[in-house]
Amino acid sequence: MKKKIKIKINGKLNIIDDKTKVSVLLRSLKVPLRKVAIELNREIVDKKKLNKIFLKMNDKLEIVHFIGGG
Amino acid sequence: MAECAKAIKISGADIVTVAVRRVNISDKKKPLLMDFVDPKKVTYLPNTAGCFNSKEALRTLRLAREIGGWKLVKLEVLGDKKNLFPEMIETLNSTEILTKEGFKVMVYCNDDPLMAKRLENAGAAAIMPLAAPIGSGLGILNKVNIQIIRKQTKLPLIIDAGLGQASDATIAMELGCDGVLVNTAIAKAKKPFEMAKAFKNAVIAGRQSYLSGRIEKKIMGDPSSPTKGII
Repeated sequence: MKKKIKIKINGKLNIIDDKTKVSVLLRSLKVPLRKVAIELNREIVDKKKLNKIFLKMNDKLEIVHFIGGG
Repeated sequence: MAECAKAIKISGADIVTVAVRRVNISDKKKPLLMDFVDPKKVTYLPNTAGCFNSKEALRTLRLAREIGGWKLVKLEVLGDKKNLFPEMIETLNSTEILTKEGFKVMVYCNDDPLMAKRLENAGAAAIMPLAAPIGSGLGILNKVNIQIIRKQTKLPLIIDAGLGQASDATIAMELGCDGVLVNTAIAKAKKPFEMAKAFKNAVIAGRQSYLSGRIEKKIMGDPSSPTKGII
């Protein structure tokens, strides 16, 4: 069995496989990549590099988009 | 969201402000704004509504740029949760930093001509003074200050916040402003679509009135019919 890690996605605790790539996680969450921005531990992640970054224990991932609002 | 898109269309707005928020990953079927309002037809203006310091505002706008490559943004750093007035020191500092990073920053600010000048010197792309506190609907409280700001700047001048009804937009345009930013006055009107239309007409009327050159104000009456030939 694969080792599991705890990470936070948009503030909520999630348990995922260790060494999951960010790109793989986002695909499984069906995130429309062209319409969002990704931040990992408070740093913006270049969307072209999502398949090069492996998630690790206690990472904090933020997936944001635009909503209407003044 | 369909209603919001409809109101935007009726109002004839060229720009719509958007906020950066977390994607609802547990409910993937929740619609996205971009599915209703086409960013190719209406300019999306990412803004920092709800930010209370420079750090939060910078984080928000950097994320916004990452979403769609937007460089034109609206900066709003609030200083007080009750009156929602802008924290101008943080706003000024953020304007400088964002301008250096290549952003074009439209700045929500107080109706203070001196601060407006400093924002301009810091590289602001547009000056957006409040008419009155956000969501208050009080209309333009300090017309003189708005006129002074108009006289001193060639930057786009847009009244942001505090308008309550269509005539407030007309007044803003008659003072020489280039536009108005309206949310609450339309969204919370009893008939939002009708109010959106009223605001559109009000902006057009105000602009035409400004360009037409109003008459001078006089204390005494001045007959509009010729007095010569009275029987």
